[in-house]
Amino acid sequence: MEASRHWRLKQERYTLMGEICPHCEEKIFPPRDICPACGENARNLYKYSGRGEVYSFTTVYQAPAGYEENAPYTIALVRLEEGPMLTAQLTDLGDETVEIGMPVEMVTRKLRSDGERGMLVYGYKFRPQLARTISA
Amino acid sequence: MTDHKVPPILKPIRDVGIVGYGAYIPRYRLPASEVARIWKAGSGGLLIEEKAVSGLDEDVITMSIEAARNALARAEIDPSEIRAVWVGSESHPYAVKPTSTVVAEAIGATPHTQAADWEFACKAGTEAIQAAIGFVGSEMARFALAIGMDTAQARPGDPLEYTAGAGGAAFLLGPAEISLATIESSYSFATDTPDFFRRANEKYPEHGERFTGEPSYFKHITSAAQALMQAIEASPSDYQHVVFHQPNTKFPQRVGRALGFKPEQIETGLLVPLIGNTYAGSALVGLTAVLDVAEPGDRILLVSYGSGAGSDAISLRATELLPERHNLAPQTQDYIARRTEIDYATYARFRGKLTMK
Repeated sequence: MEASRHWRLKQERYTLMGEICPHCEEKIFPPRDICPACGENARNLYKYSGRGEVYSFTTVYQAPAGYEENAPYTIALVRLEEGPMLTAQLTDLGDETVEIGMPVEMVTRKLRSDGERGMLVYGYKFRPQLARTISA
Repeated sequence: MTDHKVPPILKPIRDVGIVGYGAYIPRYRLPASEVARIWKAGSGGLLIEEKAVSGLDEDVITMSIEAARNALARAEIDPSEIRAVWVGSESHPYAVKPTSTVVAEAIGATPHTQAADWEFACKAGTEAIQAAIGFVGSEMARFALAIGMDTAQARPGDPLEYTAGAGGAAFLLGPAEISLATIESSYSFATDTPDFFRRANEKYPEHGERFTGEPSYFKHITSAAQALMQAIEASPSDYQHVVFHQPNTKFPQRVGRALGFKPEQIETGLLVPLIGNTYAGSALVGLTAVLDVAEPGDRILLVSYGSGAGSDAISLRATELLPERHNLAPQTQDYIARRTEIDYATYARFRGKLTMK
């Protein structure tokens, strides 16, 4: 049970909250104290749109503890449209095949549960962009 | 006991409306014929075509978050102005720990907000809407979010298994002057009727026997709809659309006919043939499909039903702001069109009906 860690990361996980560096405007995800681009303090929050594309992907058949019930599942390196790259599960694939460059969008999903009696952990995953009859 | 010659409708001090709305329906579909195949029931007279099934990583929390985000996209307001996040469901993921706090956190409504889970079988969502009308209408809050969402449970082989689906909708209530649809008035009708229930710690509900149908669904919906229309001097022909709770295709069609509505008034909001009975989400997701196409001035009557039993009737009128917000979030039909058919075995896996340990 790591309730304190899940609690600490909830904003980042639920809403894709990262940072923008006030010195060089580098967009940062996951959030950290020091800007990786210029080395200055970076603590200004920045909420990402959740849109991005698949940079690369692989399918996990031997899942780590806590994720077995979802296996097999696909994880991807997703390049956010604002720049940063992150690792996340892909979901709602149905019968769609995953391709490099595929447009995806962030959804908040159940990541795992700590057993029958434990806490449910929620966070970001990405799914194929929802097809819309009339685009926004 | 007071003799109410005019039914006592629920009307707030300040006029209230729906400032934003959003639906969510999961991707997977289980055809009713597939349930019939497993239980050797034959495929004649099935109550629906197919039902929506939530994926392995979905529950009422994740589905409510997406519907709420869609409602906020249409409302175009700052989520920190929301003073209540209320989720009505009979499939809250936790027995104790609110669904609503996770939803409120994920949409940016915390910490200056009420958060609570509502429960009244299939009408928990409209209960939350009426409470939100009171919250906004009394000027305690400028905005309140009400959600009805379910991943409905059904015992394998039970007749409910054909229809018990997953989905729902979120409605942001706020001042009428910035609304996409104003609330004209509402009314609630409730009695102690034991037609359907699930005891604490039981996985599946009990239902049937003599209280299904006439003394429950039909009596409560008819009473609520007639009382509201009588009180506000409206008649069925005044409405462009009517949405009832939809446990199957026949019940809403029959109650609509009995009340004097025509099939074309029911059609747009009747989603049960394609997504199943989404319980607390059922009437509400039907309302989102209507709002997606409604024109300014259209009147809409919404009547929910929850076992146990009660009905909430709400009369709405679409405003000039509605058409320009239709496309700020995915439409309900977009979710219905996103469809992957699954077989019974996959359904059993997705719904946790397989013993893994």
